Amino acid sequence: MLAFFEKRITNLGETVMDLLNGLGSFTNFTLRTIFWTFKPPFRFKLLFDQIYFMGNKSIFIIFLTSSFTGMVFAIQIYLGFKAINTDSFIGPLVAIAMAKELAPVLTGLVVAGRCGAAMAAQIGSMKVTEQIDALEVMGINSYQYLAVPRILGAMISMPMLSAIFLIVGYGGSWVIGVKLLQIDPILYTQKISDLMRLGMVAEGLIKATVFGYLIGIIGTYQGFRVEGGAEGVGKGTNMAVVWGMITVLVVDYFLTSFLAKIL
Amino acid sequence: MINYTNEEIFSVRFKNLSKSFGEAKILYDLNFGIHRGKITTILGFSGAGKTTLMKLILGLILPTEGEVIVLDTVINKIGELELREFRRNFGMVFQYAALFDFLTSFENVAFPLREFTKMSEEEIKEKVLSLLDSTGISIEAAYRLPSELSGGMRKRVGLARGLALDPHIMLYDEPTSGLDPITTHVVYDLMRDTHRRNEHRGFTSIIISHDIHATLKYSDYIVFMEKGRVVEHLDVESFKKSENPVIRRFLEL
Repeated sequence: MLAFFEKRITNLGETVMDLLNGLGSFTNFTLRTIFWTFKPPFRFKLLFDQIYFMGNKSIFIIFLTSSFTGMVFAIQIYLGFKAINTDSFIGPLVAIAMAKELAPVLTGLVVAGRCGAAMAAQIGSMKVTEQIDALEVMGINSYQYLAVPRILGAMISMPMLSAIFLIVGYGGSWVIGVKLLQIDPILYTQKISDLMRLGMVAEGLIKATVFGYLIGIIGTYQGFRVEGGAEGVGKGTNMAVVWGMITVLVVDYFLTSFLAKIL
Repeated sequence: MINYTNEEIFSVRFKNLSKSFGEAKILYDLNFGIHRGKITTILGFSGAGKTTLMKLILGLILPTEGEVIVLDTVINKIGELELREFRRNFGMVFQYAALFDFLTSFENVAFPLREFTKMSEEEIKEKVLSLLDSTGISIEAAYRLPSELSGGMRKRVGLARGLALDPHIMLYDEPTSGLDPITTHVVYDLMRDTHRRNEHRGFTSIIISHDIHATLKYSDYIVFMEKGRVVEHLDVESFKKSENPVIRRFLEL
Protein backbone atom coordinates (compact mmCIF):
# COMPACT_ATOMS: atom_id res chain seq x y z
CA MET A 1 0.00 0.00 0.00
CA LEU A 2 2.78 2.39 1.03
CA ALA A 3 4.75 1.45 -2.07
CA PHE A 4 1.69 2.23 -4.22
CA PHE A 5 1.40 5.77 -2.82
CA GLU A 6 5.14 6.27 -2.95
CA LYS A 7 5.15 5.43 -6.66
CA ARG A 8 2.20 7.74 -7.35
CA ILE A 9 3.84 10.63 -5.48
CA THR A 10 7.15 10.04 -7.29
CA ASN A 11 5.34 10.08 -10.64
CA LEU A 12 3.53 13.27 -9.71
CA GLY A 13 6.81 14.85 -8.60
CA GLU A 14 8.49 13.91 -11.88
CA THR A 15 5.60 15.30 -13.90
CA VAL A 16 5.72 18.60 -12.00
CA MET A 17 9.50 18.80 -12.49
CA ASP A 18 9.15 18.10 -16.22
CA LEU A 19 6.50 20.78 -16.46
CA LEU A 20 8.64 23.32 -14.62
CA ASN A 21 11.67 22.44 -16.75
CA GLY A 22 9.60 22.87 -19.89
CA LEU A 23 8.26 26.20 -18.66
CA GLY A 24 11.76 27.39 -17.78
CA SER A 25 13.14 26.40 -21.14
CA PHE A 26 10.22 28.04 -22.99
CA THR A 27 10.64 31.25 -20.99
CA ASN A 28 14.36 31.26 -21.71
CA PHE A 29 13.67 30.76 -25.42
CA THR A 30 11.07 33.54 -25.43
CA LEU A 31 13.38 36.02 -23.71
CA ARG A 32 16.24 35.17 -26.06
CA THR A 33 14.11 35.70 -29.15
CA ILE A 34 12.89 39.05 -27.79
CA PHE A 35 16.49 40.10 -27.08
CA TRP A 36 17.69 39.10 -30.55
CA THR A 37 14.74 40.79 -32.28
CA PHE A 38 16.15 44.18 -31.35
CA LYS A 39 19.83 43.38 -32.03
CA PRO A 40 21.34 44.11 -35.45
CA PRO A 41 21.78 42.83 -38.09
CA PHE A 42 18.10 43.06 -39.03
CA ARG A 43 17.46 40.37 -41.60
CA PHE A 44 14.74 41.92 -43.76
CA LYS A 45 15.15 39.47 -46.63
CA LEU A 46 14.52 36.52 -44.34
CA LEU A 47 11.51 38.35 -42.89
CA PHE A 48 10.05 39.00 -46.35
CA ASP A 49 10.66 35.36 -47.31
CA GLN A 50 8.65 34.28 -44.26
CA ILE A 51 5.85 36.76 -44.93
CA TYR A 52 5.69 35.42 -48.48
CA PHE A 53 5.64 31.81 -47.28
CA MET A 54 3.12 32.32 -44.48
CA GLY A 55 1.02 35.01 -46.10
CA ASN A 56 1.03 34.62 -49.84
CA LYS A 57 1.23 30.84 -49.85
CA SER A 58 -1.64 30.57 -47.36
CA ILE A 59 -4.06 32.71 -49.34
CA PHE A 60 -5.64 29.84 -51.25
CA ILE A 61 -6.44 27.81 -48.14
CA ILE A 62 -7.73 30.95 -46.38
CA PHE A 63 -9.97 31.69 -49.40
CA LEU A 64 -11.33 28.17 -49.27
CA THR A 65 -11.87 28.10 -45.51
CA SER A 66 -13.35 31.57 -45.25
CA SER A 67 -15.74 31.34 -48.19
CA PHE A 68 -17.26 28.07 -46.96
CA THR A 69 -17.36 29.28 -43.36
CA GLY A 70 -19.26 32.39 -44.49
CA MET A 71 -21.67 30.33 -46.58
CA VAL A 72 -22.41 27.81 -43.84
CA PHE A 73 -22.73 30.54 -41.25
CA ALA A 74 -25.26 32.43 -43.41
CA ILE A 75 -27.42 29.32 -43.84
CA GLN A 76 -27.35 28.44 -40.14
CA ILE A 77 -28.24 31.96 -39.02
CA TYR A 78 -30.95 32.20 -41.67
CA LEU A 79 -32.60 29.02 -40.36
CA GLY A 80 -32.78 30.49 -36.87
CA PHE A 81 -33.59 34.12 -37.74
CA LYS A 82 -36.24 33.32 -40.37
CA ALA A 83 -38.44 31.78 -37.67
CA ILE A 84 -38.57 35.10 -35.80
CA ASN A 85 -38.62 37.27 -38.92
CA THR A 86 -35.26 38.96 -38.29
CA ASP A 87 -33.40 37.87 -41.40
CA SER A 88 -32.35 41.48 -42.06
CA PHE A 89 -29.83 41.00 -39.25
CA ILE A 90 -28.02 38.12 -40.95
CA GLY A 91 -25.58 40.40 -42.81
CA PRO A 92 -24.40 42.42 -39.80
CA LEU A 93 -24.33 39.36 -37.57
CA VAL A 94 -22.08 37.48 -39.99
CA ALA A 95 -19.85 40.53 -40.35
CA ILE A 96 -19.51 41.09 -36.60
CA ALA A 97 -18.91 37.40 -35.81
CA MET A 98 -16.37 37.18 -38.61
CA ALA A 99 -14.54 40.34 -37.59
CA LYS A 100 -14.37 39.63 -33.86
CA GLU A 101 -14.03 35.87 -33.68
CA LEU A 102 -14.23 33.66 -36.71
CA ALA A 103 -11.64 35.39 -38.88
CA PRO A 104 -8.81 35.56 -36.31
CA VAL A 105 -9.52 32.20 -34.69
CA LEU A 106 -10.02 30.15 -37.85
CA THR A 107 -7.10 31.88 -39.55
CA GLY A 108 -5.06 31.06 -36.44
CA LEU A 109 -6.03 27.40 -36.61
CA VAL A 110 -5.21 27.19 -40.32
CA VAL A 111 -1.87 28.97 -39.90
CA ALA A 112 -1.01 26.86 -36.82
CA GLY A 113 -1.63 23.74 -38.89
CA ARG A 114 0.16 24.88 -41.99
CA CYS A 115 2.94 27.23 -40.86
CA GLY A 116 3.48 26.12 -37.24
CA ALA A 117 4.14 22.62 -38.52
CA ALA A 118 6.44 23.89 -41.26
CA MET A 119 8.46 25.99 -38.78
CA ALA A 120 8.98 23.06 -36.42
CA ALA A 121 9.84 20.68 -39.26
CA GLN A 122 12.29 23.06 -40.97
CA ILE A 123 14.13 24.06 -37.79
CA GLY A 124 13.94 20.53 -36.34
CA SER A 125 15.50 18.95 -39.41
CA MET A 126 18.21 21.63 -39.40
CA LYS A 127 18.90 20.76 -35.77
CA VAL A 128 19.26 17.02 -36.30
CA THR A 129 21.52 17.53 -39.33
CA GLU A 130 23.78 19.94 -37.37
CA GLN A 131 22.90 22.89 -39.62
CA ILE A 132 22.07 24.95 -36.53
CA ASP A 133 25.48 24.09 -35.05
CA ALA A 134 27.01 25.18 -38.36
CA LEU A 135 25.32 28.58 -38.01
CA GLU A 136 26.51 28.93 -34.41
CA VAL A 137 30.08 27.94 -35.29
CA MET A 138 30.09 30.67 -37.94
CA GLY A 139 29.14 33.13 -35.20
CA ILE A 140 25.54 33.56 -36.35
CA ASN A 141 22.90 33.49 -33.64
CA SER A 142 20.48 30.76 -34.64
CA TYR A 143 17.60 32.35 -32.71
CA GLN A 144 18.06 35.57 -34.61
CA TYR A 145 18.53 33.84 -37.95
CA LEU A 146 15.81 31.20 -37.71
CA ALA A 147 13.31 32.10 -35.01
CA VAL A 148 12.98 35.90 -35.18
CA PRO A 149 12.04 36.16 -38.91
CA ARG A 150 9.47 33.37 -38.50
CA ILE A 151 7.87 34.91 -35.41
CA LEU A 152 7.74 38.40 -36.94
CA GLY A 153 6.57 36.93 -40.25
CA ALA A 154 3.67 35.21 -38.50
CA MET A 155 2.81 38.40 -36.59
CA ILE A 156 2.68 40.41 -39.81
CA SER A 157 0.97 37.76 -41.97
CA MET A 158 -1.76 36.80 -39.52
CA PRO A 159 -3.70 40.13 -39.45
CA MET A 160 -3.49 40.34 -43.24
CA LEU A 161 -4.80 36.80 -43.66
CA SER A 162 -7.47 37.48 -41.05
CA ALA A 163 -8.60 40.57 -42.98
CA ILE A 164 -8.80 38.47 -46.16
CA PHE A 165 -10.77 35.85 -44.21
CA LEU A 166 -13.21 38.54 -43.07
CA ILE A 167 -13.77 39.98 -46.54
CA VAL A 168 -14.02 36.63 -48.37
CA GLY A 169 -16.10 35.05 -45.60
CA TYR A 170 -18.55 37.93 -45.71
CA GLY A 171 -18.60 37.69 -49.50
CA GLY A 172 -19.45 33.99 -49.24
CA SER A 173 -22.27 34.67 -46.83
CA TRP A 174 -23.56 37.47 -49.11
CA VAL A 175 -23.69 35.13 -52.12
CA ILE A 176 -25.69 32.56 -50.14
CA GLY A 177 -27.88 35.13 -48.39
CA VAL A 178 -28.73 37.20 -51.46
CA LYS A 179 -28.57 34.72 -54.34
CA LEU A 180 -29.74 31.52 -52.67
CA LEU A 181 -31.89 32.65 -49.76
CA GLN A 182 -33.30 35.66 -51.65
CA ILE A 183 -32.62 38.26 -48.94
CA ASP A 184 -32.76 41.83 -50.20
CA PRO A 185 -29.12 42.83 -50.98
CA ILE A 186 -29.57 46.34 -49.61
CA LEU A 187 -31.06 44.99 -46.40
CA TYR A 188 -28.22 42.49 -46.14
CA THR A 189 -25.54 45.18 -46.06
CA GLN A 190 -27.41 48.24 -44.78
CA LYS A 191 -27.43 47.41 -41.10
CA ILE A 192 -23.70 46.75 -40.99
CA SER A 193 -22.95 50.47 -40.78
CA ASP A 194 -25.48 50.81 -37.95
CA LEU A 195 -24.34 47.87 -35.86
CA MET A 196 -20.66 47.40 -36.59
CA ARG A 197 -17.93 49.55 -35.05
CA LEU A 198 -14.33 49.98 -36.08
CA GLY A 199 -13.30 48.61 -32.67
CA MET A 200 -14.73 45.23 -33.66
CA VAL A 201 -12.44 45.02 -36.66
CA ALA A 202 -9.55 46.24 -34.52
CA GLU A 203 -10.33 43.53 -31.96
CA GLY A 204 -10.04 40.86 -34.64
CA LEU A 205 -6.78 42.27 -35.99
CA ILE A 206 -5.23 42.53 -32.51
CA LYS A 207 -6.21 38.93 -31.82
CA ALA A 208 -4.73 37.82 -35.14
CA THR A 209 -1.42 39.54 -34.35
CA VAL A 210 -1.25 37.91 -30.90
CA PHE A 211 -2.12 34.51 -32.39
CA GLY A 212 0.60 35.04 -35.01
CA TYR A 213 3.15 35.63 -32.25
CA LEU A 214 2.01 32.55 -30.33
CA ILE A 215 2.05 30.30 -33.42
CA GLY A 216 5.51 31.60 -34.31
CA ILE A 217 7.03 31.19 -30.86
CA ILE A 218 5.52 27.71 -30.36
CA GLY A 219 6.49 26.48 -33.84
CA THR A 220 10.08 27.69 -33.58
CA TYR A 221 10.47 26.52 -29.96
CA GLN A 222 9.30 23.03 -30.88
CA GLY A 223 11.78 23.04 -33.78
CA PHE A 224 14.69 24.05 -31.56
CA ARG A 225 13.96 21.40 -28.95
CA VAL A 226 13.89 18.53 -31.47
CA GLU A 227 16.17 15.69 -30.52
CA GLY A 228 17.10 12.47 -32.27
CA GLY A 229 16.35 11.91 -35.92
CA ALA A 230 13.24 11.79 -38.09
CA GLU A 231 11.11 10.61 -35.18
CA GLY A 232 12.09 13.67 -33.17
CA VAL A 233 11.21 15.95 -36.09
CA GLY A 234 7.81 14.27 -36.41
CA LYS A 235 7.16 14.65 -32.70
CA GLY A 236 8.19 18.31 -32.73
CA THR A 237 5.96 19.02 -35.72
CA ASN A 238 3.02 17.33 -34.05
CA MET A 239 3.59 19.27 -30.82
CA ALA A 240 3.80 22.55 -32.73
CA VAL A 241 0.40 21.96 -34.34
CA VAL A 242 -1.33 20.67 -31.21
CA TRP A 243 0.02 23.37 -28.87
CA GLY A 244 -0.44 26.06 -31.50
CA MET A 245 -4.12 25.24 -31.93
CA ILE A 246 -4.82 24.80 -28.22
CA THR A 247 -3.07 28.06 -27.41
CA VAL A 248 -5.07 29.97 -30.04
CA LEU A 249 -8.34 28.72 -28.58
CA VAL A 250 -7.43 29.26 -24.93
CA VAL A 251 -5.82 32.66 -25.41
CA ASP A 252 -8.83 33.73 -27.49
CA TYR A 253 -11.02 33.48 -24.41
CA PHE A 254 -8.74 35.67 -22.30
CA LEU A 255 -8.15 38.16 -25.10
CA THR A 256 -11.90 38.47 -25.72
CA SER A 257 -12.49 39.19 -22.03
CA PHE A 258 -9.66 41.72 -21.94
CA LEU A 259 -10.43 43.50 -25.22
CA ALA A 260 -14.13 43.74 -24.38
CA LYS A 261 -13.14 46.06 -21.53
CA ILE A 262 -10.85 48.36 -23.49
CA LEU A 263 -12.38 48.55 -26.99
CA MET B 1 56.74 14.10 -23.62
CA ILE B 2 55.49 17.46 -24.93
CA ASN B 3 56.60 20.56 -23.03
CA TYR B 4 53.52 22.68 -22.30
CA THR B 5 55.42 25.56 -20.70
CA ASN B 6 56.27 27.15 -24.05
CA GLU B 7 52.77 28.50 -24.62
CA GLU B 8 53.51 30.31 -27.88
CA ILE B 9 53.63 27.13 -29.87
CA PHE B 10 50.00 26.28 -29.10
CA SER B 11 46.87 27.52 -30.84
CA VAL B 12 44.63 25.97 -28.22
CA ARG B 13 45.41 25.29 -24.57
CA PHE B 14 43.40 23.64 -21.85
CA LYS B 15 44.16 24.54 -18.24
CA ASN B 16 42.70 22.39 -15.45
CA LEU B 17 39.70 21.80 -17.68
CA SER B 18 36.79 19.72 -16.42
CA LYS B 19 33.33 19.34 -17.79
CA SER B 20 30.24 17.75 -16.28
CA PHE B 21 26.67 17.45 -17.50
CA GLY B 22 24.62 17.24 -14.33
CA GLU B 23 25.95 14.32 -12.33
CA ALA B 24 27.92 12.89 -15.25
CA LYS B 25 31.53 13.99 -15.44
CA ILE B 26 32.75 13.91 -19.04
CA LEU B 27 36.22 15.51 -18.89
CA TYR B 28 38.69 15.32 -15.99
CA ASP B 29 41.27 18.04 -15.30
CA LEU B 30 42.77 18.34 -18.78
CA ASN B 31 46.06 20.19 -19.18
CA PHE B 32 47.50 20.19 -22.66
CA GLY B 33 47.90 22.25 -25.81
CA ILE B 34 47.32 21.83 -29.53
CA HIS B 35 50.29 22.82 -31.67
CA ARG B 36 50.02 25.89 -33.87
CA GLY B 37 50.49 25.12 -37.57
CA LYS B 38 50.19 21.37 -37.15
CA ILE B 39 47.62 18.66 -37.77
CA THR B 40 46.50 17.21 -34.45
CA THR B 41 44.07 14.35 -34.18
CA ILE B 42 42.05 13.78 -31.04
CA LEU B 43 41.61 10.07 -31.00
CA GLY B 44 39.65 7.74 -28.79
CA PHE B 45 36.81 5.28 -28.43
CA SER B 46 33.19 6.46 -28.41
CA GLY B 47 32.36 8.23 -25.16
CA ALA B 48 35.94 9.39 -24.58
CA GLY B 49 34.84 13.05 -24.53
CA LYS B 50 36.20 14.06 -27.96
CA THR B 51 33.09 15.86 -29.16
CA THR B 52 32.67 17.63 -25.81
CA LEU B 53 36.25 18.85 -26.12
CA MET B 54 35.54 20.13 -29.62
CA LYS B 55 32.45 22.01 -28.42
CA LEU B 56 34.54 23.56 -25.63
CA ILE B 57 37.12 24.74 -28.16
CA LEU B 58 34.36 26.40 -30.17
CA GLY B 59 32.79 27.93 -27.07
CA LEU B 60 29.49 26.18 -27.79
CA ILE B 61 29.50 24.93 -24.19
CA LEU B 62 31.26 26.24 -21.09
CA PRO B 63 33.65 24.28 -18.92
CA THR B 64 32.63 23.36 -15.38
CA GLU B 65 36.14 24.22 -14.22
CA GLY B 66 39.31 25.53 -15.82
CA GLU B 67 40.09 27.50 -18.95
CA VAL B 68 40.04 27.05 -22.71
CA ILE B 69 42.56 29.39 -24.30
CA VAL B 70 42.32 29.79 -28.06
CA LEU B 71 44.80 32.05 -29.87
CA ASP B 72 45.65 33.64 -26.51
CA THR B 73 42.01 34.40 -25.64
CA VAL B 74 40.33 32.70 -22.70
CA ILE B 75 37.14 31.97 -24.57
CA ASN B 76 35.11 30.84 -21.59
CA LYS B 77 35.62 34.28 -20.02
CA ILE B 78 34.43 36.50 -22.89
CA GLY B 79 30.87 37.71 -23.53
CA GLU B 80 28.47 36.12 -26.00
CA LEU B 81 28.74 38.82 -28.67
CA GLU B 82 32.53 38.83 -28.46
CA LEU B 83 32.57 35.05 -28.63
CA ARG B 84 30.45 35.07 -31.79
CA GLU B 85 32.91 37.48 -33.34
CA PHE B 86 35.79 35.30 -32.17
CA ARG B 87 34.33 32.17 -33.76
CA ARG B 88 35.25 33.56 -37.17
CA ASN B 89 38.74 32.31 -36.39
CA PHE B 90 37.36 28.79 -36.79
CA GLY B 91 36.41 26.76 -39.80
CA MET B 92 34.52 23.56 -39.24
CA VAL B 93 33.71 20.46 -41.23
CA PHE B 94 30.90 18.51 -39.63
CA GLN B 95 30.43 14.76 -39.50
CA TYR B 96 27.76 14.84 -42.20
CA ALA B 97 28.89 18.17 -43.67
CA ALA B 98 25.88 20.09 -42.25
CA LEU B 99 25.41 22.02 -45.48
CA PHE B 100 22.35 24.28 -45.53
CA ASP B 101 19.94 22.15 -47.48
CA PHE B 102 18.01 25.12 -48.90
CA LEU B 103 21.14 26.55 -50.56
CA THR B 104 23.23 25.28 -53.48
CA SER B 105 26.89 24.34 -52.96
CA PHE B 106 27.89 27.75 -54.30
CA GLU B 107 25.53 29.56 -51.95
CA ASN B 108 26.68 27.46 -49.00
CA VAL B 109 30.27 28.58 -49.55
CA ALA B 110 29.21 32.15 -50.29
CA PHE B 111 27.08 32.26 -47.12
CA PRO B 112 29.81 33.27 -44.60
CA LEU B 113 31.30 35.73 -47.11
CA ARG B 114 27.93 37.44 -47.57
CA GLU B 115 27.34 37.47 -43.82
CA PHE B 116 30.69 38.74 -42.62
CA THR B 117 32.52 40.53 -45.40
CA LYS B 118 31.88 43.56 -47.55
CA MET B 119 32.99 41.77 -50.71
CA SER B 120 31.11 42.51 -53.93
CA GLU B 121 29.11 39.73 -55.57
CA GLU B 122 31.77 39.54 -58.28
CA GLU B 123 34.54 39.06 -55.70
CA ILE B 124 32.44 36.51 -53.82
CA LYS B 125 31.83 34.55 -57.00
CA GLU B 126 35.53 34.51 -57.80
CA LYS B 127 36.49 33.37 -54.29
CA VAL B 128 33.76 30.73 -54.02
CA LEU B 129 34.57 29.18 -57.39
CA SER B 130 38.26 29.16 -56.50
CA LEU B 131 37.54 27.45 -53.14
CA LEU B 132 35.25 24.90 -54.77
CA ASP B 133 37.83 24.26 -57.45
CA SER B 134 40.56 23.73 -54.83
CA THR B 135 38.37 21.12 -53.15
CA GLY B 136 37.62 19.36 -56.43
CA ILE B 137 34.04 20.52 -56.97
CA SER B 138 33.14 21.21 -60.60
CA ILE B 139 31.22 24.28 -61.78
CA GLU B 140 28.27 22.04 -62.60
CA ALA B 141 28.17 20.59 -59.07
CA ALA B 142 28.54 24.08 -57.60
CA TYR B 143 24.98 24.89 -58.57
CA ARG B 144 23.45 21.71 -57.20
CA LEU B 145 21.67 21.36 -53.87
CA PRO B 146 23.39 19.27 -51.15
CA SER B 147 20.73 16.57 -51.57
CA GLU B 148 21.98 16.07 -55.14
CA LEU B 149 25.60 15.48 -54.06
CA SER B 150 27.38 12.34 -52.85
CA GLY B 151 28.68 12.10 -49.27
CA GLY B 152 32.25 12.79 -50.37
CA MET B 153 31.23 15.82 -52.42
CA ARG B 154 29.25 17.21 -49.50
CA LYS B 155 32.35 16.96 -47.31
CA ARG B 156 34.37 18.82 -49.93
CA VAL B 157 31.79 21.60 -50.11
CA GLY B 158 31.78 21.66 -46.29
CA LEU B 159 35.55 22.08 -46.35
CA ALA B 160 35.30 24.89 -48.90
CA ARG B 161 32.68 26.61 -46.72
CA GLY B 162 34.88 26.19 -43.64
CA LEU B 163 37.79 27.83 -45.45
CA ALA B 164 35.81 30.76 -46.83
CA LEU B 165 36.76 33.23 -44.10
CA ASP B 166 40.43 32.15 -44.01
CA PRO B 167 40.21 30.71 -40.49
CA HIS B 168 43.20 30.20 -38.21
CA ILE B 169 41.93 26.90 -36.88
CA MET B 170 40.11 24.22 -38.85
CA LEU B 171 38.13 21.59 -36.99
CA TYR B 172 37.01 18.32 -38.52
CA ASP B 173 34.45 16.23 -36.67
CA GLU B 174 34.72 12.61 -37.84
CA PRO B 175 35.40 13.90 -41.36
CA THR B 176 35.30 10.53 -43.09
CA SER B 177 32.39 9.00 -41.24
CA GLY B 178 30.10 7.17 -43.66
CA LEU B 179 32.55 7.31 -46.57
CA ASP B 180 34.04 4.36 -48.45
CA PRO B 181 37.81 3.69 -48.01
CA ILE B 182 38.82 5.33 -51.29
CA THR B 183 36.80 8.49 -50.69
CA THR B 184 38.12 8.52 -47.11
CA HIS B 185 41.66 8.86 -48.39
CA VAL B 186 40.64 11.41 -51.02
CA VAL B 187 39.09 13.54 -48.25
CA TYR B 188 42.16 13.12 -46.00
CA ASP B 189 44.45 14.05 -48.90
CA LEU B 190 42.37 17.15 -49.42
CA MET B 191 42.56 18.04 -45.73
CA ARG B 192 46.32 17.60 -45.72
CA ASP B 193 46.75 19.64 -48.93
CA THR B 194 44.57 22.38 -47.50
CA HIS B 195 46.66 22.39 -44.35
CA ARG B 196 49.95 22.54 -46.24
CA ARG B 197 48.70 25.41 -48.40
CA ASN B 198 47.85 27.47 -45.31
CA GLU B 199 50.61 26.23 -42.99
CA HIS B 200 52.74 29.35 -43.49
CA ARG B 201 50.20 31.48 -41.58
CA GLY B 202 50.07 29.18 -38.56
CA PHE B 203 46.95 27.35 -39.76
CA THR B 204 46.05 24.64 -37.27
CA SER B 205 44.01 21.55 -38.11
CA ILE B 206 42.22 19.62 -35.38
CA ILE B 207 40.64 16.33 -36.34
CA ILE B 208 38.24 14.42 -34.12
CA SER B 209 38.35 10.81 -35.19
CA HIS B 210 38.45 7.17 -34.28
CA ASP B 211 39.94 6.13 -37.62
CA ILE B 212 43.37 5.01 -36.46
CA HIS B 213 44.90 4.14 -39.83
CA ALA B 214 44.11 7.43 -41.56
CA THR B 215 45.15 9.30 -38.41
CA LEU B 216 48.60 7.74 -38.35
CA LYS B 217 49.10 8.60 -42.00
CA TYR B 218 47.95 12.22 -41.98
CA SER B 219 48.52 13.70 -38.49
CA ASP B 220 51.52 15.44 -36.96
CA TYR B 221 50.35 14.93 -33.36
CA ILE B 222 47.89 12.62 -31.67
CA VAL B 223 45.98 13.20 -28.45
CA PHE B 224 44.60 9.89 -27.26
CA MET B 225 41.64 10.16 -24.90
CA GLU B 226 39.85 7.61 -22.81
CA LYS B 227 36.96 8.18 -20.40
CA GLY B 228 37.47 11.94 -20.28
CA ARG B 229 41.21 11.84 -19.67
CA VAL B 230 44.21 12.30 -21.96
CA VAL B 231 46.08 9.02 -22.05
CA GLU B 232 48.87 10.20 -24.35
CA HIS B 233 49.75 13.30 -26.36
CA LEU B 234 52.56 12.47 -28.72
CA ASP B 235 53.90 13.08 -32.20
CA VAL B 236 52.90 10.34 -34.61
CA GLU B 237 56.19 8.45 -34.59
CA SER B 238 56.29 8.31 -30.79
CA PHE B 239 52.64 7.33 -30.73
CA LYS B 240 53.28 4.36 -32.98
CA LYS B 241 55.95 3.17 -30.55
CA SER B 242 53.91 3.79 -27.41
CA GLU B 243 53.89 0.93 -24.94
CA ASN B 244 50.71 2.13 -23.26
CA PRO B 245 48.40 -0.92 -23.20
CA VAL B 246 45.27 1.10 -24.08
CA ILE B 247 46.99 2.55 -27.13
CA ARG B 248 48.46 -0.80 -28.11
CA ARG B 249 44.96 -2.24 -27.98
CA PHE B 250 43.67 0.61 -30.17
CA LEU B 251 46.55 0.22 -32.63
CA GLU B 252 45.94 -3.48 -32.98
CA LEU B 253 42.30 -3.04 -33.97
